[in-house]
Amino acid sequence: MSSPEKWTHPGPDAAPATAAKPTAEQVIAGLRATDEGGADLVQLLTPEGERVQHPDFDIDITGEELRGLYRDMVLVRRVDREANALQRKGELGIWVPLLGQEAAQIGAGRALRPQDMAFPSYREHGIAWTRGVKPTELLGIFRGTDNGTWDPVEHRFHPYTIVIGNQVLNAAGYAMGQKFDGKVGDADGEATICFFGDGATSQGDVHEGFVWAAVYDAPLVFFCQNNQWAISEPTERQSRLPLYQRARGYGFPGIRVDGNDVLATLAVTRWALEECRQGNGPILIEAFTYRMDAHTTSDDPSRYRLSDELELWKLKDPIERVKVHLVKQQWADQAFFESVEAEAEQIAIELRDYCVNLPDPPAGRIFSEVYAEGNPVLEAQRDEFLAYHAGFAGGEH
Amino acid sequence: MAAPTMDRPTSAAPAAVQTLTIAKALNNGLRASMEANPKVIVMGEDVGKLGGVFRITDGLQKDFGEQRVLDTPLAESGIIGTAVGLAIRGYRPVCEIQFDGFIFPGFDQIVSQVAKLHFRTQGRLKVPMVIRVPFGGGIGAVEHHSESPESYFAHTAGLKVVACSNPADAYWMIQQAIDCDDPVLFFEPKRRYYEKGEVDTTAAPGPLFASRTLRTGTDVTLVTYGPMVRTSLDAAAAAEEEGRSLEVIDLRTLSPLDLAPVYESVRRTGRLVVVTEAPSESSISSEIAAKVQQECFYSLQAPVLRVTGFDTPYPPSKLEEEFLPDLDRVLHAVDRSLAW
Repeated sequence: MSSPEKWTHPGPDAAPATAAKPTAEQVIAGLRATDEGGADLVQLLTPEGERVQHPDFDIDITGEELRGLYRDMVLVRRVDREANALQRKGELGIWVPLLGQEAAQIGAGRALRPQDMAFPSYREHGIAWTRGVKPTELLGIFRGTDNGTWDPVEHRFHPYTIVIGNQVLNAAGYAMGQKFDGKVGDADGEATICFFGDGATSQGDVHEGFVWAAVYDAPLVFFCQNNQWAISEPTERQSRLPLYQRARGYGFPGIRVDGNDVLATLAVTRWALEECRQGNGPILIEAFTYRMDAHTTSDDPSRYRLSDELELWKLKDPIERVKVHLVKQQWADQAFFESVEAEAEQIAIELRDYCVNLPDPPAGRIFSEVYAEGNPVLEAQRDEFLAYHAGFAGGEH
Repeated sequence: MAAPTMDRPTSAAPAAVQTLTIAKALNNGLRASMEANPKVIVMGEDVGKLGGVFRITDGLQKDFGEQRVLDTPLAESGIIGTAVGLAIRGYRPVCEIQFDGFIFPGFDQIVSQVAKLHFRTQGRLKVPMVIRVPFGGGIGAVEHHSESPESYFAHTAGLKVVACSNPADAYWMIQQAIDCDDPVLFFEPKRRYYEKGEVDTTAAPGPLFASRTLRTGTDVTLVTYGPMVRTSLDAAAAAEEEGRSLEVIDLRTLSPLDLAPVYESVRRTGRLVVVTEAPSESSISSEIAAKVQQECFYSLQAPVLRVTGFDTPYPPSKLEEEFLPDLDRVLHAVDRSLAW
């Protein structure tokens, strides 16, 4: 066998073999262009409430529809703030705020049709709302009484997934099933949407989900909410490339949308879902948004990000721009805004009442539904535990 | 070499009794499930055109098409994770993990999603899927191809774990596992794939989650599963020549364990040797030892002994015969038990 060719390091002065490595400034400019989100950002409603046109994505919206989107966003924000407060009062163990991401979630959620399936991560309270899951049904997860009580089949809304990125593969498989079932290929076909964050894009499961969906032509919309922060780590810790551009490497389209613009998010997601149900999936959407609050109520963002960044994003509030536009168009009056506020207050009251009265589950729940077909070893353990429990004065539970 | 005595009727053999290898029995079992239920799909690396590296899925893609026998991209988490999505969509995926040591990229999906979805949703979602794993050593392979990772999965609530040891069980257990509404880890003794035995295709020899006494005896009980069943039966035959009567129980199900026949046996023999290829620490053999001392405390004439792989990484193949329990090590433990 001949000796292998000697390999020498090209050294710092050698010309790079391929495109030059981007500078740190270029990376950040692409990833986190805080003013516009980059030249490719799809936007239909500016932060100032001005309607702008886009050559590829546009949407005809009526006043009634826009009032509906506004109402959705106000209500889910109120739910979010109330749940956050309930955690502060000790009624919830933890809460995962969605503040700032209302447009990304309402826009995407309202693009779904009844036959579509959605796979959330754990911050998708707005998506849950659009799938008809009652806000009260989210509370048990964070109070520690259950792991979510909604019926995933009825609502076509999968359980929250806490392990980062797991649900992307589950969604890819589900979407493959839609295709195998012959439900893809016309305007009334089915599609799946899967939600994950900027941090999740580093997970192997997300990469594998991209690969699987691509090679099986799965009707799957990958909806990445890039809220700029994975707990304390900025997007440049996850990627050199703007996230939506990754799609090209897998062979499907990637689009960056202004995630604080509910109209643009609705338009782009609706288009992507239609493409998928016609058989042209998958598609990646990067919703460029900002996590206005902490990662969770256990987090302290002041340790890793500056408040001037927050101030900048406050100017791009997803709800305010819609309100401005509604007023400018004379699509809503003061009475409308007041009625939405009153409705939000009522939901908050109901949420609070439900939460503080949510009973602890019976002790035997530990053992229930671990298996679909039972397990005699576990059942013996349960019986022993229940007998032990019943031995205390006052009996079980 | 004594043939295993199956505890099922041995009367007039029906016409449907065939002599098959474990590999062919698995293939026939998979085919039978796929014919019976159009929702059964097979997925894994090289399972289609090639028929799997051990040919367990040979011919299935040709007969059932590419949508029911999927040559997947090469990523185990992807295989398991997409199977979860297909399962909740109504399919019954049968995933092949090519070798035991390659299951770990899929470990996260198995323990976080496969095992927990039914519990997390309080029964609203079922995940009826089978994960087939050729396991164990003895084939002279390079590293990561000879491992016995079953204890990890038996330790995980929400999973069921079984291991077949002979062609009849291979044929029936794979079909029963596919029919099960719980996720099942299905361990196949790869070094025994080409051992032959009779398969009666007219009736299952018993339920899936039950252990079975393969040979009755009075002096010492051997409990084992998978590839060590053959080793233990051989040891029992050799012991018989020395006038010792060993009972051999094939666990078949590792989670849930079905230990009633073991307790009954130990109460008669007073002595137990557990034989596994898997290392001993915090393992299925540990669990059996703990349970037997709890249930058979006054019957035991000797401590429960274990003959297992060592608590080392699986060694290079030139050393594997030293690592793997063999007839002599089993008989040595039997001697120690009897001499206690």
